[in-house]
Amino acid sequence: MSETSDPKVHLTRSHVRALYQEMLRIRRFEEKCAELYTQEKIRGFLHLYIGEEAIAVGVMQALQPLDAVVATYREHGHALARGIEMGRVMAEMLGRQDGCSRGHGGSMHIFDAATRFYGGNAIVGGGLPLAVGLALADRMQGRPQVTVCFFGEGAVAEGEFHESMNLAALWQLPVLFVCENNLYAMGTALAISESETDIHRKAESYRMPAAAVDGMDVVAVETAARRAVEAIRGGAGPVFLECRTYRFRAHSMFDAQLYRSKDEIEAWKAKCPIEHLRAWALQAGSLHAEDLTAVEADVLAELDAAVAFAEASPWEPVERLLADVMTPEAPS
Amino acid sequence: MSGTSAGGAEITYRDAVREALREVLQQDPRTFLMGEDVGRYGGCYAVSKGLLDEFGPERIRDTPLSEAGFVGAGIGAALGGMRPIVEVMTVNFSMLCLDQILNTAATIRHMSGGQFSVPLVIRMATGAGRQLAAQHSHSLENWYAHIPGIRVVAPATVTDARFMLRTALLDPDPVLIFEHVMLYNMTGSLDPAADPVDIDRAAVRRPGRDVTLITYGGSLWKTLVAATELAGQGIEAEVIDLRSLRPLDDATITASVRRTRRAVIVDEGWRSGSLAAEISARIVEQCFWSLDAPVGRVCSAEVPIPYPKHLEDAALPQTPAIVAAARSVVGR
Ligand SMILES: Cc1ncc(C[n+]2csc(CCOP(=O)(O)OP(=O)(O)O)c2C)c(N)n1
Repeated sequence: MSETSDPKVHLTRSHVRALYQEMLRIRRFEEKCAELYTQEKIRGFLHLYIGEEAIAVGVMQALQPLDAVVATYREHGHALARGIEMGRVMAEMLGRQDGCSRGHGGSMHIFDAATRFYGGNAIVGGGLPLAVGLALADRMQGRPQVTVCFFGEGAVAEGEFHESMNLAALWQLPVLFVCENNLYAMGTALAISESETDIHRKAESYRMPAAAVDGMDVVAVETAARRAVEAIRGGAGPVFLECRTYRFRAHSMFDAQLYRSKDEIEAWKAKCPIEHLRAWALQAGSLHAEDLTAVEADVLAELDAAVAFAEASPWEPVERLLADVMTPEAPS
Repeated sequence: MSGTSAGGAEITYRDAVREALREVLQQDPRTFLMGEDVGRYGGCYAVSKGLLDEFGPERIRDTPLSEAGFVGAGIGAALGGMRPIVEVMTVNFSMLCLDQILNTAATIRHMSGGQFSVPLVIRMATGAGRQLAAQHSHSLENWYAHIPGIRVVAPATVTDARFMLRTALLDPDPVLIFEHVMLYNMTGSLDPAADPVDIDRAAVRRPGRDVTLITYGGSLWKTLVAATELAGQGIEAEVIDLRSLRPLDDATITASVRRTRRAVIVDEGWRSGSLAAEISARIVEQCFWSLDAPVGRVCSAEVPIPYPKHLEDAALPQTPAIVAAARSVVGR
């Protein structure tokens, strides 16, 4: 584990356990989703977050309840780490009425007003301007809130990325940009799509404080995120974190992975963020074998309940097909 | 060109829009205007001239040339509790933010299962007539009228230019306002009795019994001139100003056409796939048994709008073509 020079990350037994549990919740949830996909209970596109769990979990530790989150189509992990109930997220995967978006969005469009979770955006780069605007609204209304915006390294080639970097830095808005650099945009490796592959340097060119972080180390991510969020809340303007990571699975469920080698995948799997934390915690004595067993049992019980809840949830009645296109008129 | 015949203060369309902006900015602290050159320059059509001095740079916010960035930021700010008015210089440039309008503003309410509405107003100039050639002269509002999840309006009179904005800002969903470039210098008399105006009904601007001429925006005035000419030839044309392009006011259109039994649609968009095509289809669907003649259309020629005056004029709907189309359906 990284050095925790920042006094704000207290690696107490309970905190280490919480970090471990949060990452495991995501891992088991995603594995279950893959299984439900093969059973054709989840359809459409499905993008798993397996391998990248440390980023969502680490960053969410730094947030307050009224902060806002904008994410991509690979956002199930973020939704869980942000505190949206697993049953409602799973019901959304299945397209059921008790899903957090009533099933209208599916896996790529998770929204939740209670936790200020603004999607779930499947247009690469499309969420960045939204995050800038949410932060602008907070600033104009004098609210001390931070907006965190997650996106893949593929998004940095889009115009919307550069426009958003410039606006956020120009107007000194309270946004934490978190680039999840997993080295591939579908099958396109970073090196064949970018002239500058050190992504955080792009943010620096907009005069935004930026750093590269080991995205396989949840404590390193939490430390960097806490420091960044504290600075942003203190009025320092936007901050950029490039979290270096890897997706262990295919891009989506339709991907033969012709573009990368098995050796490369195995080398990254050896850096698994969950294994990494487990080994460290056992060795440091923060967690014992019985803690790990208990966490695993808790997570499986939660997951079983979530699947049962989702499968029992009704379908949205067809009569509501058009109900949420426009806001209904307020009763006068 | 004169805006309305009724008594009332004379005002230009440009000043009417500016007064509308000033009023909403004074009334609602959540409202702000954002766009390219809206502040120091005074607006590319001088609409917002003077507002910067009155409201300051936070609320009359000059943006960089980043249509996707600042329109997306407007969406985010609306989600964050503000009531932004975003100005895109012209509809031609809005192709760069079409993604944000279509994939974010119009979809979020539905995708989130009704959790989030986007109370955003976007203003754009549209239309030809100033010899600005093929990248500054198109009428693409029809494309926006195709999209569920937003409203599209086109004020043609100074009264609508003055009062539609406030109604649009009260709407919980995105509203796009299209201002035809040839109207800004038009003077008309303001009808204060019209305040507040609705933004979903068409208006009969001239009653008549022989043929219904359906139009909107800049073409309204050419159509009214045509109606006067037709009257001199013994044909009484009813002129409908659509005002709202989405939703379309079927009730007003069909009530008129069932009475006159003939219809011509005048639309500055290209004929193929035009708003005129949509209205024509609706008339055929709803009034087929009342029609005495096929529905007529006067649209722009299928060519990028040319620069020289004679070719630009030839490409656009003009009064003689409207008169000819009306005479043809009337059979005289
Ligand atoms: C604007 C846009 N272009 C293309 C796509 C198709 N697409 C979906 S995901 C993806 C790769 C994105 O890679 P990255 O941003 O690195 O995120 P990751 O999937 O690796 O998490 C592409 C090209 C899209 N959804 N949106």
